[in-house]
Amino acid sequence: MKNSHNRTKPGHTEEQLLCDSAQAATAGSSTIHTAPSVPEMGERTGAVIDEVLESYEAKVFRNRKKHLLMVDHALEAPQEIAANSRTIPGILSHRGCCYAGCKGVVLGPIKDALIIVHGPIGCSFYTWGTRRHKASSEPDKLNLVPYTFSTDMHETDIVFGGEKKLFAAIEEGLALFKPEAVLICSTCPVGLIGDDIHAVAARAEKQFGVTCVAFSCEGYKGVSQSAGHHIASNELIRRIIGTNDSPMQGTYRVNLLGEYNIGGDGWETERILKRCGITIVSVMSGDGSIADITRAHTADLNLVQCHRSINYIAEMMQTQYGIDWLKVNFVGISAIQKSLRQIAAYFDNLELSERIEAVIADELAEIDTELRSYRDQLSGKTAALYVGGSRSHHYQSLLKDLGMQTVIAGYEFAHRDDYEGREVKESIKVDADNKNIEELSVEPIEGKYRLRISPEKLAQLKASIASLEQYEGMIKEMDNGTLVIDDLNHFEAEKFVEALKPDVFFSGIKDKYVLQKGGVFSRQLHSYDYKGPYAGFKGAINFAQDLLMGLQVPAWQFISPPWRHEPLLRGHVDAVEEEASVPVSTQTQGADRPGGER
Amino acid sequence: MMLDATPRDTVAERRALVANPCKTCQPVGAIYAALGVHGAMPHSHGSQGCVSFHRMFLTRHFKEPAMASTSAFTEGASVFGGGANLKTAVRNIFDLYDPAVIAIHTTCLSETIGDDLHAFTSDIEIPPGKRVVYCSTPSYQGSHITGFSAMTAGFIEHLAEKSGEPTGRLLVIPGFVNPADMRQVKRYLDDFGIDYTMLPDTSGVFDAPMTGKFELYPAGGARVAEIARLGDAAYSLALGYWASEPAGNVLKRSCDVDYQALGLPIGVSATDEFILALTRYSKIPVPPSIEEERGQLIDCMLDTHQYLDKQRVAIAGDPDHVLGLTEFCLECGMVPAFIGTGTPGGHFEERVRAILTKHGRKPDSCWVKAETDYFEIHQRIIQEPVDMLLGPSLFKQIARAEDIPLVRVGFPILDRYLHSYFPLVGYQGALHLLKAMCDALMDRLDRDSADADLEFVM
Repeated sequence: MKNSHNRTKPGHTEEQLLCDSAQAATAGSSTIHTAPSVPEMGERTGAVIDEVLESYEAKVFRNRKKHLLMVDHALEAPQEIAANSRTIPGILSHRGCCYAGCKGVVLGPIKDALIIVHGPIGCSFYTWGTRRHKASSEPDKLNLVPYTFSTDMHETDIVFGGEKKLFAAIEEGLALFKPEAVLICSTCPVGLIGDDIHAVAARAEKQFGVTCVAFSCEGYKGVSQSAGHHIASNELIRRIIGTNDSPMQGTYRVNLLGEYNIGGDGWETERILKRCGITIVSVMSGDGSIADITRAHTADLNLVQCHRSINYIAEMMQTQYGIDWLKVNFVGISAIQKSLRQIAAYFDNLELSERIEAVIADELAEIDTELRSYRDQLSGKTAALYVGGSRSHHYQSLLKDLGMQTVIAGYEFAHRDDYEGREVKESIKVDADNKNIEELSVEPIEGKYRLRISPEKLAQLKASIASLEQYEGMIKEMDNGTLVIDDLNHFEAEKFVEALKPDVFFSGIKDKYVLQKGGVFSRQLHSYDYKGPYAGFKGAINFAQDLLMGLQVPAWQFISPPWRHEPLLRGHVDAVEEEASVPVSTQTQGADRPGGER
Repeated sequence: MMLDATPRDTVAERRALVANPCKTCQPVGAIYAALGVHGAMPHSHGSQGCVSFHRMFLTRHFKEPAMASTSAFTEGASVFGGGANLKTAVRNIFDLYDPAVIAIHTTCLSETIGDDLHAFTSDIEIPPGKRVVYCSTPSYQGSHITGFSAMTAGFIEHLAEKSGEPTGRLLVIPGFVNPADMRQVKRYLDDFGIDYTMLPDTSGVFDAPMTGKFELYPAGGARVAEIARLGDAAYSLALGYWASEPAGNVLKRSCDVDYQALGLPIGVSATDEFILALTRYSKIPVPPSIEEERGQLIDCMLDTHQYLDKQRVAIAGDPDHVLGLTEFCLECGMVPAFIGTGTPGGHFEERVRAILTKHGRKPDSCWVKAETDYFEIHQRIIQEPVDMLLGPSLFKQIARAEDIPLVRVGFPILDRYLHSYFPLVGYQGALHLLKAMCDALMDRLDRDSADADLEFVM
């Protein structure tokens, strides 16, 4: 593995190099510092929250006030944050839509399904190859991930309806690709003109004998991508999962839920699980297939990586098939170990336990030297995280492993349970925007429901395994005085970065260059900036390496040109022969020059 | 294998299913155009996912921030209309981001429910000195290219006034091109000493320098005050029949400013046409520096001819680009084999065939199609292989599947850096393209030649 600290200039310590670069990043931007003490940070966080809110007019103030909090574990009652509610029109939010959550996130990675986007061209175009859910091609198996399909509705389709075109598109697609299933995703105008995509799907299924499932995931539904996750999950439960009863051979059979194989994360996770003797029945949905998902119900345990997008499926499969679920996190060295040990505890088998311990020891030994080196170099640095609905939590764990502190964390489309823990789920109020997203009511399926372990044993395990059918949320693991934000917007991001000066801001493509233009290093945690994997033990090293590389990139030193801080005039004074230099600041008009700011 | 699901035996007839599209929707073009006006906040009147995708697309192409706001429709707004959302949005935008102008475009959602932007904006209180412009860009019509055109026209329609006092200025509409192309066009205008307004102008916006300070409204862009005076302009030059001409036409209709539409100045002949237009308009002889540049290009075309001659090329992308690229390939002695765009309308096929005829080729000597997609182009290439692909990153998978060198040009280029800093237009742009094409083909020769045939000197 390439070691980035080879880049260090001779005679410079790492620390010096970082300081140089940070200073070059101009006033008001990132300065490298040791992590602030809790009261000090709390004071700054509190002050900037007030400052931001005061800038808003009354209505926006009342709204945003509920979406921001400073973590304080000393309070008697657990802190509550508003989430999964309407984006304020006109505010530069980063959120996407229901369609993005359904097609883009959950369904997109399924490689043997023909996913037809029913609508005008844009929505299909934007989900073509733009999310790094990697998928491998296997001989004689269909891989449609490199494609995107659309009915490309024109004005006449909007006026006269697009059902015929959709049916024709299904027919053409079936003839071309012979997919395992056809998944139809609708976009905004489809719902408005009343095209009945479910009826078209049913008719096509009857005529062609291939499973056709319709997803009414119009972009205006719900308040973010989250509604789309739910809609996708509902239909997978209703139509796909449980339709093939032939079990996969192997020991400790699990489904990996909410793992989308971004940058190959899923493959790295699978490699570790397989080393432990754990069998993967299906992945939902990174590098996943309809063929595997149809028999997901034959697994022994569900592992949930991204709680937000797919907890619906875990919960419903528990009811329908009796499969228990475990909230795992394969990002971060301590988190992986905890997750693997919880899997061992669930199966309660000595041999599995020993094998898992051996794998952990081996993987740790392999990265030990590099990890120490990276920890030495990154320790004390601070980070801000603003990602989807789980990563802002997952990556805090990895940052902690590297000795770093998270000072700001927020979610784009999470619900209160992702912040506060699943225990608040029952108390979440359903509002006008969310009430139209169907809550599937499921029952145990006769002949397919099978308890994996006895209720007594489950109760016993739940007492000892914290993540068994439970998710504690992000806030509990955050330090006092740190800032939690829901649906962060551009204005707030600028203010918070200025006040709390994180060394790195992990976010997405829309604000990466905004931050970097402001002198703050930013890495994308949606796409990993086209690198990765970051999951697993080795992934942690990849992550640390990429992070350090960016903090140390020599270009940071060159932002401010030398004439901004070098003497501008040189000359001889009278007959004195020595060179006199006159720095900018002593010039009469010096303070007005751009360089004067420094 | 890459794209191994694509049937290789035949080219499938499709009437309904579009696969791997060669266009995207109008709103992203509207946002790109709006960002070419200094101090403008583009605003998407639709659900928030649209603007999220569009900002992503622009940022991935330019590796630069792309700011735009949204009306954030919910299901309720979609039923009852988006008037209230727009009102709130406009208030919040002026309150928090203080733009000089808000440039609103519609989406398929707001168009389908029949939201009337004229009525809505007439009803909204706009702070003194601030402006709101709008245009209609339903995603079920046209493409990102026509969206660009619609927003450019929107600025003219809502801001340009005719006072009767001529400014003597030339309006130049540069087309849906990169900042480097706009800089190149402006350099020629400066060389002729022409007083002009470029609208839109994304130079200084999508190639803004690193200073350590983020600017919500970067230094570049056409000024609102300048656009307001366009009604008194002397003449307009619209570069691009799809991206620019309709906007030129709007100024003609609204303020009676005559215009000339030209193709994008890509390659020798198209750039010659542009330079001729400038010399005719300014009545100033072509400066020697421009003639020198042209001569350098011709010199290099002669030097390299044996590597390009008779090379079969597939060209795809936006229609104005594709016309220019086709002509330049012909000027280099190459053989355009497949020419496609996703954008509908504008007599694309006739225009391409006219260029073929002009260069002594049979009009049916190659496959030409508007409203096509990459899936079809791929299926055709499988049947009749080509030596080179010329187009955006969207060609990448086909390049790998068929092992054909790809020269990246146009929109979007998502997988390479710095491309937007090098012009495609003008003689210098042609020089860059010529170099890229030669490098691609000659690298391939080097890779494929036997050891004994490896040429040390070429």
